Amino acid sequence: MEKILVGLKRVVDYNVRVRVRPDNSGVETDGVKMSINPFDEIALEEALRIKERGQAQEIIVVSIGAPEAQQQLRTGLAMGADRAILVETAEAVSPLMTAKLFLALIQREKPGLVILGKQGIDHDNNQTGQMLSALWDRPQATFASKLEINGETARVTREVDAGLEVNEIDLPAVVTADLRLNEPRYVKLPDIMKAKNKPLDVITRDELVTAATADIQPVTYEAPTEREKGVMVEDVAGLVTALKDKGLL
Amino acid sequence: MSKILIIAEHTNDTANASTAKCIQCATEIPNAEIDVAVFSDNGESVANEIAKMDGVTKVIRIEHDANSNPMAALIAPQVISISKGYTHIFGPSTTFGKDLMPRVAALMDVNQISDVMEILDSHKFKQPIYAGNAIVTVEAPTTVPVVATVRIASYRAVGSSGSAQIESAELDIDLPSHSRFIGIQAATSDRPDLQTAAKVVSGGRALGSEENFEIIYDLADSFGAGVGASRAAVDAGYVPNEMQVGQTGKIIAPDLYIAIGISGAIQHLTGIKDAGTIVAINKDAEAPIFEVADIGLVGDLFDVVPELKAALG
Repeated sequence: MEKILVGLKRVVDYNVRVRVRPDNSGVETDGVKMSINPFDEIALEEALRIKERGQAQEIIVVSIGAPEAQQQLRTGLAMGADRAILVETAEAVSPLMTAKLFLALIQREKPGLVILGKQGIDHDNNQTGQMLSALWDRPQATFASKLEINGETARVTREVDAGLEVNEIDLPAVVTADLRLNEPRYVKLPDIMKAKNKPLDVITRDELVTAATADIQPVTYEAPTEREKGVMVEDVAGLVTALKDKGLL
Repeated sequence: MSKILIIAEHTNDTANASTAKCIQCATEIPNAEIDVAVFSDNGESVANEIAKMDGVTKVIRIEHDANSNPMAALIAPQVISISKGYTHIFGPSTTFGKDLMPRVAALMDVNQISDVMEILDSHKFKQPIYAGNAIVTVEAPTTVPVVATVRIASYRAVGSSGSAQIESAELDIDLPSHSRFIGIQAATSDRPDLQTAAKVVSGGRALGSEENFEIIYDLADSFGAGVGASRAAVDAGYVPNEMQVGQTGKIIAPDLYIAIGISGAIQHLTGIKDAGTIVAINKDAEAPIFEVADIGLVGDLFDVVPELKAALG
């Protein structure tokens, strides 16, 4: 195939302990480390490997959001993507709107495959890939832990609750990456320098999609209820007694 | 009045426990009338089972050869074909529902609410975000149907003293041929299902190998517990993926959860925060798992686990 489109979302780094703002208006993101959504990094790594096997010519990374998301796109270019597109918008973008924006880019770029992370670790929605394939009227293979491209089709192993499911899908299609699809490469310094000269186009949301969607509105944010402090026991006998006291044995 | 359609998850023979929990969630919507759709190749026994679930008005059977192994791309258009008139369409937040429901929502041109954990009113819900480190209250537009997945660990299963009517719906749509089910590799085990077990024993990276993980199975079997694992143990190949508990694995709510050799990354803790009692056994007294544990024991798991098994046996 000629092109693979990969989504890179800018999210709070997975090592950050997220806190709700005191006024309940959202979670604290000021001064917090931001990174590529880990599942999206895996999606990009998979696209790069497909290209390295000679099964794709060009990898395009896409982000939607604030101008700062250019940092994540530059990291994607340093990992090995060929070019980047930032769909700039100051507003919150719902999964449905994200899918619509990707669809508009698909109509421009005509990729043979779109690989997204299975979920963003910020809102944990797990929706965009499924929505995009629905709007595109193409197959979806979510939670992928193995992906083989065989000409016009792909064979995808999916991590489902019951075990490992294998699907065969016609291309083009949308695949969403799960944790064990691969281990992303580290970016080397020369690659970061090289990435500075790779093309990064900025377009506005309105250039792609003008209609609004009926969005689900956040009302208030709260911290989860904390579990009460527990007890420490000295040995197995103490553990068994404690369990019996709670009526669990 | 709210008219709710629930998409049943089932094995073709029996309903998955997630179905009865979805129904419980839906009953918490004021003035709800609840129908359940069973997509299968032969859903008679599943439909009969669901018809007995409390709170269900009607079970709709949609039969097609392609439904023997559910694929989202094939089920979603069938859901759309029977969706007219419903104010809410719910599915479980299991891999089945997570795969299917956003595809349904997009075909209806609506957004979806993921992991509903509490119903505030017909269009106001709570959901966890950031691996459960924040809870957001959201309001869905009343002008379009609400499509949502239900966080099943937040709900009990409804009882089974009901008697809903069962009807069959005819399909007059062509299903796509672009997606094909090839097979599934599922471990068979006599142990209680991880997602519904009342007691669960989980092992982590500290087990060190697939062979060593046997002591976790042995302990679990000694008192009829299900078995889970941390991501680290799955990544290391000690156990298969379906045993992973956490943000990206299974979210569970057993009465008793025993975490053995699991440090307790936030991504793991989000999968067990609704457990009744959490027991942590770990060599490292500073491990974050002790911050959430109700009962903690610092010790070498290779000493503690056999001793615990002997004490329970």
